[in-house]
Amino acid sequence: MSAVIQVENLQKWFGTRKILDGINFEVREGETLVIMGGSGCGKSTLLRTLVGLLQADEGKVLIFGEDMAHASEDKKNEIRKKFGMLFQGAALFNSLTVGENVALPLKEHTSLDEEIIRIIVKVKLELVGLTGFESLKPYQISGGMKKRVALARAIALDPKIVFYDEPGAGLDPITARVIDHLLMDLTKKLRMTSVVVTHEMNSAFRIADRMIMLHQGKVVGSGSPQEIKESKDPYVQQFVRGEINGPISFKETKEHYLKSIFGGDVGL
Amino acid sequence: MIARLSHFLVTVGRNTQLLLIEVGRLSNLARHFLYWTFAAPLAGKQGLRRHSFVQQLIFMGNESVFIVFLVTASVGAVLALQAAYQLRQFGAVLYTGALVSVSMTRELGPIVTSIVIAGRVGASITAEIGTMKVQEEVDALTTMGIPPVPFLVVPRILAIAIMLPCLTALGDLIGIFGGYLIGISGLGLDSNLYLRQTFEALIPKDILTGIAKSFVFAILIGLISTYKGLSVEGGAEGVGRATTESVVLSIIAIIVSDCICTGVFYYIFP
Repeated sequence: MSAVIQVENLQKWFGTRKILDGINFEVREGETLVIMGGSGCGKSTLLRTLVGLLQADEGKVLIFGEDMAHASEDKKNEIRKKFGMLFQGAALFNSLTVGENVALPLKEHTSLDEEIIRIIVKVKLELVGLTGFESLKPYQISGGMKKRVALARAIALDPKIVFYDEPGAGLDPITARVIDHLLMDLTKKLRMTSVVVTHEMNSAFRIADRMIMLHQGKVVGSGSPQEIKESKDPYVQQFVRGEINGPISFKETKEHYLKSIFGGDVGL
Repeated sequence: MIARLSHFLVTVGRNTQLLLIEVGRLSNLARHFLYWTFAAPLAGKQGLRRHSFVQQLIFMGNESVFIVFLVTASVGAVLALQAAYQLRQFGAVLYTGALVSVSMTRELGPIVTSIVIAGRVGASITAEIGTMKVQEEVDALTTMGIPPVPFLVVPRILAIAIMLPCLTALGDLIGIFGGYLIGISGLGLDSNLYLRQTFEALIPKDILTGIAKSFVFAILIGLISTYKGLSVEGGAEGVGRATTESVVLSIIAIIVSDCICTGVFYYIFP
């Protein structure tokens, strides 16, 4: 299987703080890659850099062989048409109806007839199990439904890759499972590649073909779910088991804390 | 003493630097606005979203027409009373109509209408775009390959640039009418005489310079309110702060630019 995304030596700084510290990985066609890690490990920054919401400071993000990190804004927009993204809070446009939300990328990027767009919207909503919801406004539907509408919108242009930012966040376990199921179903049915950022281990092991684990801006583990489970790496072990004691410390000293905020030496 | 002075200088320096950064970003947005309004359609890209533009026009007109009428009518009435108070001393109450119409069209109509719009429409633009920013909707647009400037900024600025001069023209008329009502009822002036005074004193330039000013104010309100909306950070609190800043900054910009515009009209186009 060929790689559709290749990340090479990706670095990102916020001021003097290094958030991404030389990240390397690739995503192969048709697989579901889960990026996991604790809060503040850089996984959201990584995702935002992959889709071009943040500018990488160094390194390459090759999506279908084109470098997202160094492309012009026009070029980035061209690359963006080839992938979809599901945001943590769904990010539906509240002024538009559910149908108009899903239709938006089609209206913006194609010259299709209104009638054809209407049919495509119907099909996409059916794929996520929301037949007949077109005329409702986002505030009239539940959080889980919003996520499904957002998923329908993300796949409106039949992208080859879909990025998911914490797909189960803020949902009850059953709805979160429904979203996971949809994700796996769509990946298989539409032969899409999925990149999922999450910290929920149950969901991660359920959906992943491969996983990478981040800690302090570095990849500390990668492999199949089985390999991750059996990993001897102490960071990976602690995270997978959710233990308080281990190399990932939550009992930080004031010096540590200030250092993490300001970076470098703070002269204490 | 020296320490205090140096602290003061550092504060002034830092604030000046922040101001320059803000001005730089604002002019960057202005550049993007011009590009997406004029250059991008020529390059075959979709610039203005017509549907959204019409929606904004209707929203702005509907939202503010009543309040603009109320405020300009009051200002016209007050102007008539205050003018009569002074003119009476010279036995020239007759000229109240002339004073009201000229002040209204040259100065008060544009400025009062613009301030009302800055509070009504400018604030709602900042709050709406700011909320979209906080809820990742602006990021969602970007990842869909839809640049936020032509989608969110261009329709709003263009709508306000068209709607504000229209509202100003209507406001001028209503203000003159407010003065007229006071003139004939409160000051005991003859209706025909008042109207003749009103329109004899008025020349097209009075109206045109007023409308031209309102266009400048509209662009400023549009740029500031969209810029403040797009630069919101930090949740609901950030939206509130940005909305307040947007209104305050718009009003300051209106008054300062009014001073400049009036100077230009006075000295360069007398």
